[in-house]
Amino acid sequence: MSQRPQIKDHWQEQRLTTGRIIACCIMALMLTGLVVTQLIKLQVSGYEYYSAQSQGNRIRVKPVPPPRGLIYDRNGNILAENLPTWQLVITAEQLDDVGDTVERLSEKGLVAAEDIEKTIQLVQSRRRFEPVTIRQQLSDTDVARFAVVQPYFPGVEIRAGLARNYPNGNIASHALGYMGAMNTEDKERLDAAAYAGTSYIGKIALERSYEEELHGRPGHNDTLVNAHGRVIQILQSEMSVPGKDLTLTIDLPAQQAAEKALEGNRGAVVAMDPNNGEVLVFASGPAFDPNSFTGGISTTEYRALQNDNNQPLFNRGLRGRYPPGSTIKPILGLAALRHNTVTPGHKMFCRGYYSLPGKTHRYRDWKPEGHGMIDLREAVSQSCDTYFYELAVDLGIDNIEAALRDFGLGEVTGIDIGGESKGLVPGKAWKKANFRKPGDQVWFPGETVITGIGQGYLLATPLQLAEATAILASRGQRFQPILVKSIHDPISNETTEQPHIQKDNLEGIDPRLWDTAIDSMAAVIYGERGTARAVGKGAPYRIAGKSGTAQVFSVPQDEEYDEEEIAERMRDHALFIAFAPIENPKIAVAVVVENGRSGSSVAGPIARRVIDAYLAESANTQASTGVVE
Amino acid sequence: MIFADDQPAANEHGRIGYVLRRLHIDPLLLALILAVLALGCIVLYSASGMDNGFMYRQSIKIAVAFSVLLAVAQISPAWMRRVSPWIFGAGLVLLVLVLITGDVGGGAQRWLDVGVRFQPSEIMKLALPAALAWLLHDRSLPPSLALIATTIIMILTPTAMVALQPDLGTAILIGLTGATIIFLAGIGKRYIFSAIALIAAALPVMWYFVMHDYQKRRVLTLFDPEKDPLGAGYHIIQSKIAIGSGGIFGKGWLNGSQGQLEFLPERSTDFIFAVIGEEFGLLGVAVLMLLYLAIVARGFYIAATAQDTFSRLLAGSISFTFFFYVFVNTAMVTGLIPVVGVPLPLISAGGTSLVTLMAGFGILMSIQTHRRLLPR
Repeated sequence: MSQRPQIKDHWQEQRLTTGRIIACCIMALMLTGLVVTQLIKLQVSGYEYYSAQSQGNRIRVKPVPPPRGLIYDRNGNILAENLPTWQLVITAEQLDDVGDTVERLSEKGLVAAEDIEKTIQLVQSRRRFEPVTIRQQLSDTDVARFAVVQPYFPGVEIRAGLARNYPNGNIASHALGYMGAMNTEDKERLDAAAYAGTSYIGKIALERSYEEELHGRPGHNDTLVNAHGRVIQILQSEMSVPGKDLTLTIDLPAQQAAEKALEGNRGAVVAMDPNNGEVLVFASGPAFDPNSFTGGISTTEYRALQNDNNQPLFNRGLRGRYPPGSTIKPILGLAALRHNTVTPGHKMFCRGYYSLPGKTHRYRDWKPEGHGMIDLREAVSQSCDTYFYELAVDLGIDNIEAALRDFGLGEVTGIDIGGESKGLVPGKAWKKANFRKPGDQVWFPGETVITGIGQGYLLATPLQLAEATAILASRGQRFQPILVKSIHDPISNETTEQPHIQKDNLEGIDPRLWDTAIDSMAAVIYGERGTARAVGKGAPYRIAGKSGTAQVFSVPQDEEYDEEEIAERMRDHALFIAFAPIENPKIAVAVVVENGRSGSSVAGPIARRVIDAYLAESANTQASTGVVE
Repeated sequence: MIFADDQPAANEHGRIGYVLRRLHIDPLLLALILAVLALGCIVLYSASGMDNGFMYRQSIKIAVAFSVLLAVAQISPAWMRRVSPWIFGAGLVLLVLVLITGDVGGGAQRWLDVGVRFQPSEIMKLALPAALAWLLHDRSLPPSLALIATTIIMILTPTAMVALQPDLGTAILIGLTGATIIFLAGIGKRYIFSAIALIAAALPVMWYFVMHDYQKRRVLTLFDPEKDPLGAGYHIIQSKIAIGSGGIFGKGWLNGSQGQLEFLPERSTDFIFAVIGEEFGLLGVAVLMLLYLAIVARGFYIAATAQDTFSRLLAGSISFTFFFYVFVNTAMVTGLIPVVGVPLPLISAGGTSLVTLMAGFGILMSIQTHRRLLPR
C-alpha cells in the first residue's frame, strides 16, 4: 500500500510513543495541578469570603427591565405609553421539555396553535436561565385559566410587566412604528446586558431609530431568599434607568384630520413646518394598529396584514414612489425664470397639444380645445400642459434635473426614521447607467417633454414632495425633515431640543422670481380659472397650492387583483401640494391619493383639512398660551 | 494496580472475570467509569432539584451509552483500522450536509435530523484520530514532513467545517485530538516549537478578525467578572461563590444553597462541577479528580502496552482528549479560562457527549482485551 523509506523498527517506535505518552502524563499532571491550586485558592483561602457571599447574603440577582420612554406629540398629547399587564413567562432551565410545555399551554388556549413553533424558537434562542416573555397582555380570563393549572407547569409563571400601548390606535402608526419580539439578528446587534429581562424592542420607524434613547438601562433587584428560595426581602437594588421620553414634531389634531380624510384610500399626507423642517403630519393609509404587535402578533393576524392588497404595512409617505405630475410645475416655472427661457409676462398660444419641432407626434393637453394665449401664472393655475411641454424643451433636461434636485427630489431627505426611498430624477447620466441596449442609453427629446409635466421616469415620495413644497414656501430655505422635537431625560429632568438641521439653501434667486412662482400657486386657489378654487373657500388665511394628476401605467404584477380592482388601480393618482398662510408660511403639505383620479377635487380638500386643523389650533394655542409666554 | 499487567492472572477472577473477558471489558477501566457515573448520578439528583423524572431520563441515556461501549468493545482494533478511513469520509460528508441542510439549534447549525437528531461533529471526535492513526500505522515514525503535511490537511478540513457551523469550541477540541496523534507519533521538537510559535502568532489575528463580540466579551469577563454581572460574568461569579463556599468538607449533599436556590446557571450541565465543589467540598472534588486521573492513567497504560502503532496512537489520543475535556470544564468553572460550552465528562446531564465518550472507552477496552488475539 505504501512505500517505506526505511524498515519499520517496532521496538524503537514503541519507545518513542511511550516517551510521548509520559510527556502527556506530565502535562496532564501539571494542568491538574493548576486546577487544584485554583480550587485551594477558592475553597481554602477564599472560603470565608465566598461563604459570606453565599450564606450571609443569599442574594438573587434579577434584572429589572427599564420602563420604555414615552412618546408625545408636539402639544404634549400622549402617543405611546406603557400599561401594566400580565405576561406569561417561561424559564427554559426550570422545565424538562420546552416543546411539550408550549404544546400543553396551547391546549389550554394560552398560546395560539399556529404560534407554537415560533414560541419554542423564541424560548430556545435565549439563555436557558433567563426568563422569556412568550405572551404580553394576557386577558383576565387567561390569567384565571392559567392560575388553575399552574402546578402542572413548572417553569411557567405569570408576571406583572409593562407593555407598550398606543392610545390612539392607528393614528401615526407609520411614524411611530411598533414593538416586536427580539430575534436572533437583534440579539447579535444589541448588548445582552442592556437587554437583560427585556423581550421586546422597537421594530420599525421611530420605535426603532430611537431605540437607544427609548430603551433605558436595566437595573437589578438583589433579593434575599430563604433556604427554600422564597424572597424574604429586597435588598439594595439598582434601579433601572427609564428610557428617555420623546416629544415629536407631529401635531396630533392635524395628524388625526389627515388620517380621517385619507380613510378608505391608499395614499399619504406629509406636512412640514417650512421654517425649520419639523414634520407636523406623517400619515400613510391604510394604517395598522401597532397595539396588535405589542401583544405578540399572531401569525394569522400578521399574514393577513402582509397579504392585504392595500398593504397597510407599506409606509407610503416614506417609501411610496409616485410620478409627481403637475405638482412640479411651479418648480419648473421658477427654473425657467432663472434661466431666462421665459419671462413673467411671456405668453404662448396653447392649441391643445404640443409637437416637437419637425415631428408630428402630438403631446396632448388635458384640455383638448387648448387654453389659448397663456402666461406662466395662468399656465400654473390652469395647469396648462402645452405650456410646460414647451418650457421643458426650452429649458433642457440638464437644467430640469438640476432644478428638481435643488428641491430635494432624487435624494433621501434624511428624516430620522429609516428605510426612506430616494425616488428618481432621470437625466442623461441616469439613462446611460441604467439601460442595457446602447439604443436606449440616449436621452430622447420626447422624454424631456413629458418630464415637463412630472410624468415619465420621474418619481418622488410624498415626504420629498412635502420638503419641496416647504422649500417653495420658505423661498429657498432647506431643512432636513425631523420627527423628534425634543428628548426628555426623566432622571435629570433635562430636555434636549433636537437641532433643526439646515441644508444648503437655494441662493441667488431674485425675490421677484419667487414672487412670481408663489403668485402662480396662489392663482391655483384664487385665480379666476384656478384648478382648485374650492380648496380655498372660506379659509381665514391665504393658501398657495398646486394640483397634480398622474397617470398610472402598470399595476404591480406580483399581486392578484380581479378585473374590477385592476380597473380601479389603473386610475390616475391624485396629488396636491399646498402651503399657508402665503405671507408667513407655517405649514407645507403634500397629499397623494393612489388612484384618486383628481388632484384638485380629491387630494386638494384633504390638504385643506390638514391646514385647517393645524392653523386653527395653532391660533388657539397662541391665544391661550400668549399670556404665559 | 493500574500499571500491573493483569492478563496472565485473569483466570483467577472467577466467573465474573470470565464473563467480562468474553465481553471484551477491561474490569479496572469499567470500575473507574462506574464510580464516576455513580458520583455523577448522586450529584445530578441534587442539581436537578431531586427530580425523579429527570433522573429516569438520564439513566436511560447512560444505558444507551453503555450499550454503545459494549458494542464498540467487540470490534477488533484491526477491523477498526480498516474501516476508520471510511468512517472519516462519511463523517466529512455528514459535516457538509449539516452546513447545507442542518437544523438550527441555539443559533448554530449543528444537528442533522435522520430519524434521530445528532451532531456529526461528535463522530469526528473519534473518526479523525482513528483515520490519522490508520494513516500513520504502517509508516515509519517519526513521520516525514510530507506525511505531517497530509495529517495537517486531514485535521484542518473537519475542524474548519465545524468552526463554520459555527461551533468554535468543538472545532478546537477536534483539532486538538488530531494534534495529540501527531505529537504521540513522535514528530520532532522543532516542529512542536514552531507550531506553538505559530499558534501564539495566530491568537491576535483570531482576536481581531475571527472572534465574535460575545466571544471577546467572555474572555474579557474572565479578568473582571464584576463588570458584567447581568451578562457573561454572572456564570463565573455564581460558580466561584458556589465552589468557594463549599470549603474543605462541603455543605453536604442536597444542601448547597447556590445550586439548590437556582443561583447557579446551567447547574446540571456545564456548571455541575460547581455543585460538586459546593456540596462535597475540596475533598469531594479531589476524589473526583483522582478518579479522572486514574481513568486517564489506565488509558495511557493501555496505549503504552498496545501492540501496534494504530492502537497505540488511537488509545493515547482518546485518553489525552478525555483528560483535556476534564481540564477545560474544571478550569472554566473555577474561572481559569473563559466560558466555553464543554460539559464535565461522564457527569453533566445530556446524552450526546456521553455516547461519544463511552464509544471512546469502548475502543480502549477493545485495544486492551484483543491483545492476545493478535499475532505478536
